[in-house]
Amino acid sequence: MTKIRRWGPGLLLVSPSIFLVAVFVYGLIGWNVKVSFSDWRQAQETSGFDTSAYAELFPADTGEVGEFAGAVVTGDQPESLSTDPAWIIDLHHALLFTLVFVLGALLMGAVLAFLLDKGVKGEGFFRAVYLFPMAVSFIAAGVVWRWLMNPAPGNRSTGFNLLFDKLGLDFLRNEWYLGTDWGAAALAIPAVWALSGYIMALYLAGFRGVPEELREAARMDGASEWRVYRHVVFPHLRPVTLSALIILGHISIKVFDLIVAIGGKQLITQTPAVYMWILIYDARDYAKGAAIATLLLVGISVLVVPYLLYTVRSERRV
Amino acid sequence: MIEGPRHAGRRSSRLPFLVVGALVAAVAALALPASGLGVEGKSSQACQLSVFSWWTGGGEAAGLDRLIKIWNRTHSDCKFKNETVAGGAGTNAKAVLAKRLAAGNPPDSFQGHAGAELRDYIKAGQVEPVDFIYRQYGFAKVFPKSLINQIRYQGRLYSVPVNIHRANVLWYNPKVLREHRIAVPKTWAQFVAALKKAQDAGVIPLSMGEQWTAKHLLETVMIGALGPKGWAALWTPGSSARWSSKAVTNALNRYATLLEYTNSDAASLTWQDAGKLVADGEAAFNVMGDWQDGYFSGTKKGGNLALKPGTDYGWAPVPGTAGVYDWLSDSFTLPKSATHRQQAVQWLSFLGSKQAQDTFNPVKGSIPARKDANAKLYGPYLKWALKQWKTNALAGSLAHGVVAPNAWNADIDTALGLFLQTKSVSRLQTALVAAAKKNAK
Repeated sequence: MTKIRRWGPGLLLVSPSIFLVAVFVYGLIGWNVKVSFSDWRQAQETSGFDTSAYAELFPADTGEVGEFAGAVVTGDQPESLSTDPAWIIDLHHALLFTLVFVLGALLMGAVLAFLLDKGVKGEGFFRAVYLFPMAVSFIAAGVVWRWLMNPAPGNRSTGFNLLFDKLGLDFLRNEWYLGTDWGAAALAIPAVWALSGYIMALYLAGFRGVPEELREAARMDGASEWRVYRHVVFPHLRPVTLSALIILGHISIKVFDLIVAIGGKQLITQTPAVYMWILIYDARDYAKGAAIATLLLVGISVLVVPYLLYTVRSERRV
Repeated sequence: MIEGPRHAGRRSSRLPFLVVGALVAAVAALALPASGLGVEGKSSQACQLSVFSWWTGGGEAAGLDRLIKIWNRTHSDCKFKNETVAGGAGTNAKAVLAKRLAAGNPPDSFQGHAGAELRDYIKAGQVEPVDFIYRQYGFAKVFPKSLINQIRYQGRLYSVPVNIHRANVLWYNPKVLREHRIAVPKTWAQFVAALKKAQDAGVIPLSMGEQWTAKHLLETVMIGALGPKGWAALWTPGSSARWSSKAVTNALNRYATLLEYTNSDAASLTWQDAGKLVADGEAAFNVMGDWQDGYFSGTKKGGNLALKPGTDYGWAPVPGTAGVYDWLSDSFTLPKSATHRQQAVQWLSFLGSKQAQDTFNPVKGSIPARKDANAKLYGPYLKWALKQWKTNALAGSLAHGVVAPNAWNADIDTALGLFLQTKSVSRLQTALVAAAKKNAK
C-alpha cells in the first residue's frame, strides 16, 4: 500500500503519455511493418503475407520469394523480380547527401563555434545570425536555394552562377543539383546552411563547458593555443560531436521537404523518403512504401540505438 | 579532474527529454478534444453538398465559383460546400482524398482525371457506377462516342467529365519563327528541320520543363509515331509484346532526337517557366497542354502573361498528330456511401449539362466534353480546339491519367527518369516493356 502511494501518483501522471506513445508511435510503427510485409500492392487492401516489396529493394532475394510474391499478387506467372533501379539511385543520393551534409554541418558548426569562442565583439549578434537559418523551414529555404542554385545557362543565369560570372569566376559555374553524379551534394548545401548554426550552438556550449582552469593549466605547462584545443578542449567535445552526429544523421536519412522544394518529384533529385511518398500516394503501392519507411526506421535505429546504449551504460558507470 | 564537468553535463542532458515529453503531452492534450469536437460538429450540420477538388486558383477556381453560384441558386435546401486542397494537378489533393476514403469519410463527390486514373478507386470499391445518370440525361448522345468508350471500365462508367483539355499542342513564337524564316512544321521531318534551323539561329529550339513535362512530350511523340489506334493498343491487357515492337523503338528514337534540341536546365523549370521561354523569344517551340493558352493570354493580375493569341504566340498540333486529339478531362465521381447521395447525383447531372459546361469552360480555359457547346463564348484558341474536338480521332493522355493507372504511370516515371540521365533508348524500351508486363492486366 505504501509502495503504491510512492510510485502511484507518478505513474498516473505519465500514464497518458505512455498510452499515447504506445499507440501512436509504437503501435503505428508495428502497423507500418505489418503493411510492409503484406501484399497490399494496389489500391484495394489485402491481407496476405508477402515479401515482394522487400524483394524489389534487395537484389539478393529473387528466387523463391519473388515467385511466391508473383503468385499471391496476380495469380499470373511469376515475374523475375530485379532490384528497382529508382531505389539504387535513391540510395546513391542518400549516401552522398548524408556525407556532405553531416560532415559539412559538423565542420562549419565547429569552425563557427571556434571563432565565437575565441572572442569576437557582439558575439550575441553573430550567434543569432548563425542560428536564424534553422528557424527557416526547409520548404522556404528550398525555394530560395532553388533560385540561388539555378543551373540555367547564359543570360538566363541567376544566383550563384550569375555571381560567378560577374566575378569572372566562370570555371565555378555548374549545373548544381542537376548533375547526375554530384547533384545530391548540391542538395546538401542548403541543409548545411540551415543546420550549421545549430551545430555551432552545440559546440559553443561544449567549449563553454570546459573550465577555464583547465585551459589555464595547459597554458601554464607551455601548451600552444592549438595544443590547448587539440588536447584539452576537443577531447571534452566527444559527447557533443556524438549528439550532433545523431541529430544530423537522422535528419539526413529522413530528408524530404528540402528535396521536394528544390527538385520536385523527379528521379534526378529523388531520395528514399520522396520515393516512399510517390509509392504510397501516386502509385498506391502501400506495401513497398511501408517497406521503405521501415528501412528508413532501421537506418535511423542503427544510428540512435548504439548511442542510447552508450549513454545508458556510461550513466551507470558514474 | 575531468569528471566534474562531464558529470554535470550528463545530468543536464536529461532536461531536453523532459521538455520534449512535456511538449508532446501538451500537443496531445490539445489535439484530442479538438478532433472529438470535429466529429460532433459534423453530424449536427444541415444538408451540405461537399465537393472535393484541387481547383484553388486561377481560371479553374473562378469557373468553379460560377458553378457554385448556380448550384446555390437552384438548391437552396442543400448548399455547396467547397472542399478544395491546393496543389497543381491534384498531387496533394489526391493524398488527402486517399486518407479520407480510407477512413470511410468520403466527400459527396470528388474530382479525378477521367479514365484509368480512377481505376484505383473503382477497384477499391470506393465509387459507384454512374451509367444511370448518362442514360437518364442522355449524355451518351451529346458526348463523343469514342470519349465514352475510352473512359469506360469493364463496361461501366464511373464519372462525369466536365471539361476537355488537349495535350498535343505545339506552341511557338511567331516573331522568332518569322525572324529566322522557320515555317510551322506539320510532319516529323519538317519538325526536325525547323528545330535544327532554330538551333543554328541561336535560340532554344524546343523548351522543356521538369520530368512530367518530359513525359507529356513523350506521349505526343509516341501518338504521332504510332497513330491513335497503335497508341490505344499499348494500354490493353497483355500489351507487353507491342511495347517491344519496332514501331515503339522508332517512336522512342524520335523522342531521343527531340531531346537533343531541348534546354539543358529543363529539370529546374516548371511548365510555366518553359512556356515563358517561348513567350520571351528565348525558345522557338514548346509542347504543352492547352492550359498554356490560359497562362499566355490570361491577365497579369492573375499571374499570367497577357499576350495576344495569334500575334504573340501561335499554336498547331504537335507535328505528326494532326487530326488526333490527345485529350484529358477533369471529371467528378459518385463515392460509395456519400452522405448526400441524392444531391450528389443532381450535382453530376448538372455538371453534364450544357449550361454548366458552357459556364465553367470559357473561364477555366478548356472546352466542354459535349459536342453542342456555344462557340461564341470561347476565345480564339478554344474556338480552334472546339472544331478539332468535333472531327479529330481521340487518344487518351498518359501523363494526365487517361490511359494508364497510377502504378503503371509511376513505373514509367522511373523508366523515363533514368532515360533522361542515360539517354539509352534500348534501356528505356526494356524498362517500358517490363512496366507493361507488370501492369497491363
